[in-house]
Amino acid sequence: MKRRHFIQQSVAATTLVTLGGFGLQSFNAAPRVKQITILHTNDVHSHIDAFGPEDGRNANQGGVARRASLIESIRKETPNTLLLDAGDIFQGTPYFNYYGGELEFRLMSKLKYDAATIGNHDFDNGVDGLYAQLPHAKFDFISANYDFKNTVLDTHVKPYKVFKKDGLKIGIFGLGIALDGLVDRKMSKETEYLDPIEMSQEMTRRLKTEEQCDLIICLSHLGYHYKNLPDRISDLNLAKATKDIDLIIGGHTHTFLPKPTVAQNKEGKNVLVNQVGCYGINLGRIDFYFDNDKNKTANGTSIIV
Amino acid sequence: MKFKILLIVLILLCFTSCKDEKFTLSKIEGKLIPVTDSLEIDPAFDSIIKPYRDRLNEDMNTVLSYAPETYSKSNGAFNTAIGNLMADIIFEQSKGVFKSRTNFELDGVILNHGGIRSIISKGDITTKTAFEIMPFENSIVVVALKGRQIDSMMQYLARFKRAHPIQGFKLSIDQEYNIVASSVNGKAIDTAKTYYVATNDYLVTGGDNMRFFADNEGEYPLDYKIRNALIDYFKKVDTINPIIDDRFIQI
Repeated sequence: MKRRHFIQQSVAATTLVTLGGFGLQSFNAAPRVKQITILHTNDVHSHIDAFGPEDGRNANQGGVARRASLIESIRKETPNTLLLDAGDIFQGTPYFNYYGGELEFRLMSKLKYDAATIGNHDFDNGVDGLYAQLPHAKFDFISANYDFKNTVLDTHVKPYKVFKKDGLKIGIFGLGIALDGLVDRKMSKETEYLDPIEMSQEMTRRLKTEEQCDLIICLSHLGYHYKNLPDRISDLNLAKATKDIDLIIGGHTHTFLPKPTVAQNKEGKNVLVNQVGCYGINLGRIDFYFDNDKNKTANGTSIIV
Repeated sequence: MKFKILLIVLILLCFTSCKDEKFTLSKIEGKLIPVTDSLEIDPAFDSIIKPYRDRLNEDMNTVLSYAPETYSKSNGAFNTAIGNLMADIIFEQSKGVFKSRTNFELDGVILNHGGIRSIISKGDITTKTAFEIMPFENSIVVVALKGRQIDSMMQYLARFKRAHPIQGFKLSIDQEYNIVASSVNGKAIDTAKTYYVATNDYLVTGGDNMRFFADNEGEYPLDYKIRNALIDYFKKVDTINPIIDDRFIQI
């Protein structure tokens, strides 16, 4: 009897403390800002080492061991960081020819990549070659428009992933480029390419409505824009044709954007589109600030690029 | 009992206050950060890479042959020294394997100009040179083509006006890019005859618009990578000596 009394009292005490905590937030409305940092690469193409001093175009740039110290310094400053790659991790230096992508995945795991999408060159050793290297990857591969159900990659690639950082939900889905003409059928085997716009609509509906995400990011290997084929699906065309995407991180075209492009979606809302060239010579950084101050947020979102 | 009611009220209060605390996106900042040599090299990463790099460099730095000049695919109009070298190497390295497997004679080679991915610099030719010229994993395929398809191939070469590497074939075009003369190993093309042409597996499937391969009489994959053919040839030859010749010219 005495013991029961004690438990009841302690429950009451705990809840009162909780009430105190919430009271402070809901009644005093202390303004608070949450910062989510997105770091990203694309088309690294097996460039493990920095370019040599004699290189005609990118002398002394890039290199995984330098990217590592850069990422580490950013993580120290902003703990709520996600690190993403938009595909074409493979092919471009003998590291890939020799080791088949093992070192690329090991290093990306150590860099604590959170997710990557699949580029056309990631099929260069076939779906089997990609599958064989998966044990070295401690991050997720996401693709919403490659259907791998009749391949060895079945269940190993997810359409999207939801991350929770500081109480906020960040939904990320992947998109890959049409395989015909780019990837030999012997390599992609039974991989089925699905319409990127249709799949994006399905993904944003799920991430916005069902998962209630605060932020939606598309990790794309569609290419930024095709000047000679302006109607071909690209990141800029995807931005225009969809809604509820906050950021499209792109790849494939090796487009070097000095700053992210601000595009408009089909509801006229802003979508950021970014791509940082290739070969790991740049790192993209996008910071999202969330506010609980109603006066501030009523003014909409400001974009500083 | 009192406590229980209090608890339920408190829990409800918690949920409502949680809902009220809504965070909205207020600001986005975006920028590009170059990865330059002013950044420190993280030793933990470098030590993972080192054994892979050492093993690779051992092979890459192996000297295989010697180049007396620098050869570039942009040096030459309709045939280039480096392109001729590549076509000649594919012929040389494929003919024996093909003959022993099929008992047919190899007639010629066609590759694509875009497939030459790098120059050959004057000096030592190493394994790395072969990887630079041919970083991709493409393999040699011999395709059986009827004479009329060889005609289509010649039309293709004349139409695209590029120094696609060839061997065994000869083609002259006039100033309007019309075919003046064409031959296979010094003989006129026999439209009914079957010719055996080595190429790479990317081109057989229509790469670089080489659609004339589609209508063929058979494909014979040699399971021999283009790059390995280059490496094997460089190992055999002390000094390369490719030249621009008259295999594809404009008159």
